[in-house]
Amino acid sequence: MAVDEGLKIELGKQGVLVTTIEELYNWGRKNSVWPMQFGLACCAIEMIATTMARYDLARFGAEVFRPSPRQADLMIISGTVTKKMAPQVVRLYNQMAEPRYVIAMGACAISGGPFKEGYNVLKGIDRYIPVDVHIPGCPPRPEALIQAFMLLQKKIDGQHLTGPDRPRFLDAEAQGEFPVPVQGEHDLEPASNPGVWTVPVVIR
Amino acid sequence: MKTVEEIRAAIEAALPGAGVEIVSNPSVSGQHSLRLRPSHAVAVAKFLRDDAELALDFLSNATGVDWPDKEVTEKVKVTRTVRKTVDGVEQDAEETVEEARKRVEPGCLEAVYHLFSVARGHGPVVIRMKTVNRTDQVELPSLTPVWRSAEFQEREIFDLYGIVFSGHPDLRRLLMWEGFKDHPMRRDYVEPDDFEYEPTAHDEVLKRAVAHQAKQEAAGTVAGAAGVGSGVAAGREGKGAGA
Repeated sequence: MAVDEGLKIELGKQGVLVTTIEELYNWGRKNSVWPMQFGLACCAIEMIATTMARYDLARFGAEVFRPSPRQADLMIISGTVTKKMAPQVVRLYNQMAEPRYVIAMGACAISGGPFKEGYNVLKGIDRYIPVDVHIPGCPPRPEALIQAFMLLQKKIDGQHLTGPDRPRFLDAEAQGEFPVPVQGEHDLEPASNPGVWTVPVVIR
Repeated sequence: MKTVEEIRAAIEAALPGAGVEIVSNPSVSGQHSLRLRPSHAVAVAKFLRDDAELALDFLSNATGVDWPDKEVTEKVKVTRTVRKTVDGVEQDAEETVEEARKRVEPGCLEAVYHLFSVARGHGPVVIRMKTVNRTDQVELPSLTPVWRSAEFQEREIFDLYGIVFSGHPDLRRLLMWEGFKDHPMRRDYVEPDDFEYEPTAHDEVLKRAVAHQAKQEAAGTVAGAAGVGSGVAAGREGKGAGA
């Protein structure tokens, strides 16, 4: 139950803090999102710049880059995902503990970018794992990554703990394991995970 | 720096029977190259590196070239016997006819190396080696024992063109994975058919995307009938409703 905003402010003036478990829980989660420490290509340089003093991702509680997927909440796909690397990326995602989020950073991570028509680059990581925020750009500036991060915080803040629209990690029946593609003789098999990605409607 | 002719003469003087050919480059750059016989390539490469005057100690680049089988049409004069009626009498006559014949020139794979000399400050010298064909006789001697920097580049040539370098210390695929069967830089490489979603497709890619969608629609596997036609229809309806 959401508390009336006006009443909340009025009570706050009297020194009474009114909140809900959901609000408190999400407030805590959104301000300590720990990204996983791994970079795939040139976007990783911008990601590193974002965490350094000038842009300072620590202001959002995300300065703790964890070198293990077991300790990370957020996977920033920073760069080109080659078909040789894609199974490892999906495997790392599977190894992360719920709740987990994904930011696809840059043209390559969201669509294959300039290498889309090549033979060795995956045409977007969202073919295999669910992506929460896509950032276009080649590479995106640190401000864009910060904006994506704030969008993710907004998304975490809006997640309900109960009800039919509750996130995957609170749904006991939801599938948390995503099939790792196999490197076949000519291409990755399967070419995409239909549970995650379907062919978008193209208007020509 | 010596010209290619002079380099060739120096090689022939040091290693008689090396059989180095000059491949001339008719363009403005005039960067002629030397084609080595695979059987003598390592010896020639060692000479190029160790010769005091050439001292080509730096391999800057190694790459591959794919020469596919080429169909050549040539005109051949053929003499044949024809029955003719001359002055009411049937007789055999010889007739010469020009006939167009098609001949398949077998292709090959080629490895190209660009050499410089850091010690003497000159270069490049371009050397090449050819395989016998593109299918089963694709072996060339590795020049990694001569120039260490060839190691990864020869692995890349092996990966993308399929030239097998004998004498290479660690010949594995470099960019593609173990178990991948194709050689993507060959001209007859068929890309995986995954052009279903090309939001800004044009020209060749648009053709492929449309062909892919048609194939999927025919097979009935496309999700939500998200084909080209239905997409266009949905777009028109949307515009109509807006106006």
